[in-house]
Amino acid sequence: MTPAAFAFYCFAVAALGGGLMTVVSRNPVHSVLWLILTFLSSAGLFVLLGAEFLAMLLMIVYVGAVMVLFLFVVMMLDVDFAALKGEMAKYMPLALLIGIILLMQLALAFGVWEFDVGAVERAANPVEDVYNTQGLGLVLYDRYFLLFQLAGLILLVAMIGAIVLTLRHRSDVKRQNVLAQMYRDPAKAMELKDVKPGQGL
Amino acid sequence: METIILFSPLVGAIIGGFGWRIITENGGQWVTTLLLGLACLLSWVIFLTFDPSAHPGGSYTVEIMRWVSSGSLDTSWAIRMDRLTAIMLIVITTVSALVHLYSFGYMAHDDQFREGEHYKARFFAYLSFFTFAMLMLVTADNLVQMFFGWEGVGLASYLLIGFYYRKPSANAAAIKAFVVNRVGDFGFALGIFALFFLTDSINFDVIFASAPEMAETNLTFLWREWNAAELVAFLLFIGAMGKSAQLFLHTWLPDAMEGPTPVSALIHAATMVTAGVFLVCRMSPIMEFAPNATAFITFLGASTAFFAATVGLVQNDIKRVIAYSTCSQLGYMFVAAGVGVYSAAMFHLFTHAFFKAMLFLGAGSVIHGMHHEQDMRNYGGLRHKLPYTFWAMMIGTLAITGVGIPLTHIGFAGFLSKDAIIESAWAGTMGGYAFWMLVIAALFTSFYSWRLIFLTFFGEARGDRHTHEHAHESPTVMLVPLGVLAVGAVLAGMVWYGPFFGEHERVNRFFGINAAHAEEVMAEDDHGAGVGEAVEELAEGDLEGADEAVTEPTGEGEDHGETAAASDSAEDHGEEAAHGPAQQPGDGAIFIGPDNHVMDDAHHAPTWVKVSPFVAMLIGFLVAFQMYIRRPDLPAKLAENQRPLYLFLLNKWYFDEIYDFLFVRPATRVGAFLWKRGDGGVIDGGINGLAMGVVPFVTRALNRAQSGYIFTYAFAMVIGIAILITWMTLFGGVE
Amino acid sequence: MIGTDLQIILPEIVLSVFAMVALLGAVYTTKDKAAGLLVWGTAGIFVIVGLWIGTTGDETREAFAGSFVDDGFARFAKVLILFSAAAILLMSQEYLARRDLLRFEYPVLVTLAVVGMMVMVSAGDLIALYMGLELQSLALYVVASLRRDSVKSTEAGLKYFVLGALSSGLLLYGASLTYGYAGSTLFSDIVASSVDGVSLGLLFGLVFLCAGFAFKVSAAPFHMWTPDVYEGAPTPITAFFATAPKVAAMALFGRVMFDAFGVVVADWQQIVAFLSVVSMFLGSIAAIGQRNIKRLMAYSSITHMGFALMGLAAGTVLGVQAMLIYMAIYVVMNLGTFAFILSMEKDGMPVTDIDALQMYSAREPLKALAMLILLFSLAGVPPLVGFFGKLYVLRAAYDGGLAWLAVAGVVASVIGAFYYLRIVYFMYFGEEREPLDRNGSPVLWGVLMVSAAIMVFGVINLFGVEPLAAAAADTLVN
Repeated sequence: MTPAAFAFYCFAVAALGGGLMTVVSRNPVHSVLWLILTFLSSAGLFVLLGAEFLAMLLMIVYVGAVMVLFLFVVMMLDVDFAALKGEMAKYMPLALLIGIILLMQLALAFGVWEFDVGAVERAANPVEDVYNTQGLGLVLYDRYFLLFQLAGLILLVAMIGAIVLTLRHRSDVKRQNVLAQMYRDPAKAMELKDVKPGQGL
Repeated sequence: METIILFSPLVGAIIGGFGWRIITENGGQWVTTLLLGLACLLSWVIFLTFDPSAHPGGSYTVEIMRWVSSGSLDTSWAIRMDRLTAIMLIVITTVSALVHLYSFGYMAHDDQFREGEHYKARFFAYLSFFTFAMLMLVTADNLVQMFFGWEGVGLASYLLIGFYYRKPSANAAAIKAFVVNRVGDFGFALGIFALFFLTDSINFDVIFASAPEMAETNLTFLWREWNAAELVAFLLFIGAMGKSAQLFLHTWLPDAMEGPTPVSALIHAATMVTAGVFLVCRMSPIMEFAPNATAFITFLGASTAFFAATVGLVQNDIKRVIAYSTCSQLGYMFVAAGVGVYSAAMFHLFTHAFFKAMLFLGAGSVIHGMHHEQDMRNYGGLRHKLPYTFWAMMIGTLAITGVGIPLTHIGFAGFLSKDAIIESAWAGTMGGYAFWMLVIAALFTSFYSWRLIFLTFFGEARGDRHTHEHAHESPTVMLVPLGVLAVGAVLAGMVWYGPFFGEHERVNRFFGINAAHAEEVMAEDDHGAGVGEAVEELAEGDLEGADEAVTEPTGEGEDHGETAAASDSAEDHGEEAAHGPAQQPGDGAIFIGPDNHVMDDAHHAPTWVKVSPFVAMLIGFLVAFQMYIRRPDLPAKLAENQRPLYLFLLNKWYFDEIYDFLFVRPATRVGAFLWKRGDGGVIDGGINGLAMGVVPFVTRALNRAQSGYIFTYAFAMVIGIAILITWMTLFGGVE
Repeated sequence: MIGTDLQIILPEIVLSVFAMVALLGAVYTTKDKAAGLLVWGTAGIFVIVGLWIGTTGDETREAFAGSFVDDGFARFAKVLILFSAAAILLMSQEYLARRDLLRFEYPVLVTLAVVGMMVMVSAGDLIALYMGLELQSLALYVVASLRRDSVKSTEAGLKYFVLGALSSGLLLYGASLTYGYAGSTLFSDIVASSVDGVSLGLLFGLVFLCAGFAFKVSAAPFHMWTPDVYEGAPTPITAFFATAPKVAAMALFGRVMFDAFGVVVADWQQIVAFLSVVSMFLGSIAAIGQRNIKRLMAYSSITHMGFALMGLAAGTVLGVQAMLIYMAIYVVMNLGTFAFILSMEKDGMPVTDIDALQMYSAREPLKALAMLILLFSLAGVPPLVGFFGKLYVLRAAYDGGLAWLAVAGVVASVIGAFYYLRIVYFMYFGEEREPLDRNGSPVLWGVLMVSAAIMVFGVINLFGVEPLAAAAADTLVN
């Protein structure tokens, strides 16, 4: 077993184990942490494939940003998972049965795994002697231009959706008016009164 | 013009049936009658001016619209105009127009309907609708259109028999007529299917053209091989049997007399019941290739003629007597058609329409005058009270019994046409069964007809005195049709004897048959094959025919080409035309096979054959005279002496009882079983159980499953996935 | 090269740019005040783009190395999507405005959803497929909960979102299985890989993909979201859900089945037939218990999707043609029916209870008649167009060797006729109730009447849809 293979199995097992624990752990905070482990392992797999840029992206975006966000949300929401689980427990035996059947059948399929002979030629040709970022850039704006732009559109929709569903213009709250502040003329805003001592206004 | 004839009754029916509220009931009556008068007038114009030789194949087609086009079934709605159609047109429209007129008087007041009820316009609309359907039948240029008319007249007949819908017996009779006709129609429909199966077409031109081929084809039907032509001819004849009330399917006709008398005259005497005869004549190209089927037709026709005449001897209801007489006369026509003398069949159909319609209308006049009393035992001595009716009935009776001067062509209509048939029957069966049956039937005919006259118009007044005192002659509007028909009954036979049953060549010309047949006969004669008695006469006729044949070949070839182009079978025709000079099936209104010389033989029948019907008539008359005028007590005694025979005849050979036992009651039982247990229990119960038990249960279960919880929904999806995955594992096409 | 590619996706680009311009313009100027105008403008753009696509020639063009296919099939679906979306926008304008729901983001989101649908039907690659699907779905999730102050509406949006995410997961899992076994995400390569024998893994991928599509077309047993979302979402949004996305998802279903799995027809035929028969029966039977007309329409659309899938299950050109015709008819029927539902109001408030329709015919005979025609057509009563749609798919199924499925379809449509007829019964023979408002929105009235008229007069030649669908089906199957 080469070191690369050893590393692959380590990362793969860690990823699978992390994924499993994400689902089964009772505490949602733990779930998030297990998920982070899964992402880290996946990043390791990317590195083994020579996709360092993607590995780093996964670390920074998913682990660094998304997962931290998740953690905050989970902590803020304070969902009573135990109650939900109680409801689900009724169906557990049936669910387990179906899960096992599915797993066995999938195992059946993986047991006869056979890499398609033509698959290697059909796979996108790896760009030789080019840095990750450069290679990504080359295909992203050419062959995958459409997909890239569509992803952009999806994000746009997500943004619009978030705003549409949450933004409220409240009339009973005093808001800051930036322009009014900026164009304020000190001369008009303030009047100097010379008050004589002992007379009052 | 043909289109106007065809549609004016329909227009009348629609206006009269649906629009009488606008144009009043009287208006509806007038509209229908006038439109039919128009149709009648035009029909006579066509009949008199129609010249078969002006058209290739002796017929032409007026296409109205495209009708069915589905796969290889391609049919237009078209009028086929040839001599047969022309004859039927005048018969139908004339009788129908007269019956319309007659109904003004007859239907003026009716006890069957309450005061203020509107029924007259409806009656007239039905009559007009019937006429339209009948015209559709006879003008059809394909079998499906004919079937449409066939069913249309069945419907009209049903509506009109059951017109007195408050009378249970009328309703029962209507249903009986409808059901018995269905039996025949089933055969007819099978025949159409068989023809379509064999020729891939339902158009007459194509079917006729392939008739010779059909005669050499075999067809499997009911687990047996049959000759195709025989089978088709037989099936078609079953249809004809139903419509024309031939033996075994005749039981509906006497009962149909429950309808108003004008209906009996129009539908059940003159027109609809002759549709079967028309069908057989129309299908003559196929019949000619089916010797066994035609032998069967002859046999059954003769039996019917005899059977109905025997039953007619003892009936007391005036309309039933005439009904059995109709049945019997239809048997005559079938005998003529069966032996291959279609022209004689049509001739009798033609004359019969006049005198039988007149007899019915006369009977109607008597019934009308006697306040709807129909039993002849309650008549008597009406000669003076109903003088015009008496004379009309007298002429009708003279016509139906066949009074004329023997061995000449002078006599009432029935004399000529019936004698023609009897001679044909002698020639066609070599003096066999059919001939003797018809002669005996002629004797019986004469007897019961005269019996009717004597019982009704002579002797003492019997029955309710009050009725007799108030007996009155019918209004003029009813007498006029009688007069017109009387003219027909007297003259129709003498005027048209020649074209229908005269010189061979004249008949050919009348029906648009080319001269080839005559030529063939001559050729055979030259060979000395079948030299008849009157060689000279024959040779003379043939010389003319030969002349024509010599002068015609070029024109004939052209005609053939045109016909072929028109009938989409250019090659068939071309080939066969090249083969021999015999008449092609489909040429001319009727087809007479090359070996069919029955008509010529009939012309040369021995004198005793020609005289026999007259003698039979005379005997019948004398017996009737003896029994009902001179010794009125004789019939009762005879009935007493021969009680079993009398009852046998009075009960119509127990046909109704046998049918009731064999078919009606078992069918009722099966029907009741299927209705109560099958339909009510199994089907209704099953559907109800499903609709009110299972489905709502499932509905509730499904609505419970729709819990609103996301995990339930997700779970359903996972289960779906599991099912599909399992399915794929087990049955997927993995290699 | 990129130039020609962009040329091919020009309609999508036009719509996207329009959406962004409209968004920016509205944000920086009038905000919601011009929303009504924007709705009409968007509908106009849809119609123009639809006509433009419809009049493009009939050649098949591929862009971006095959991940985007512009062929007759895609164009047929796109035209149908664009026209139905335009009609829905017009129908919804007044309804939303009166309930203070008409926000300028609504037409923008609908536009983006339509772009997603157009990408879906043109997808030639699993990734493009997924992108289009998500673009569409995400926009739909948002509009489902447009009435954000209503618990039902937000619940509908959330349910749709969560279950949609699950279905996307299934779809992605299927896509990754497919990629793993075929070695490519391009449809043409997937087909090529399974020419000589297919592995179980690929079939599993197929199953998961089918599950994802079935969710989008709301075919049983992946239909559970449909009644809840239909009920919760504002009615115009429900009408939108019932029409354009269904067409897109069905077209996508067909495209993947034929383009990517064209050699294993016998296998996916079984899956699709299963989905079809379960949907038909479930939709027909479950609808019987419904009193809410929107839930009823949800089950109705489940049943109809079952019928459309029947056409697809035939696996033939005729089958695809039948499916396209069925979808076109279905969309028209649903537009009319929803136009009617939108006009059901009492005291200005929307009513969705079918009991409210009792004796409707006495007050508005014309609208009741139009609705009667539409309901009969939905039920598939003979002389109407809806019957011919069913006839097409039944014949396709029969010709495709699935006689049992055709028989099942007939039985299901008989059961299904019950609940349509019950509405008719209420409208014509019910007992007098408190009447609904005589609402007179001319747009709704027009849509209702036009679609009812189409149901009657379309029987003459289906407005020429048949040959178009045949041509479209031809480009897909070959």
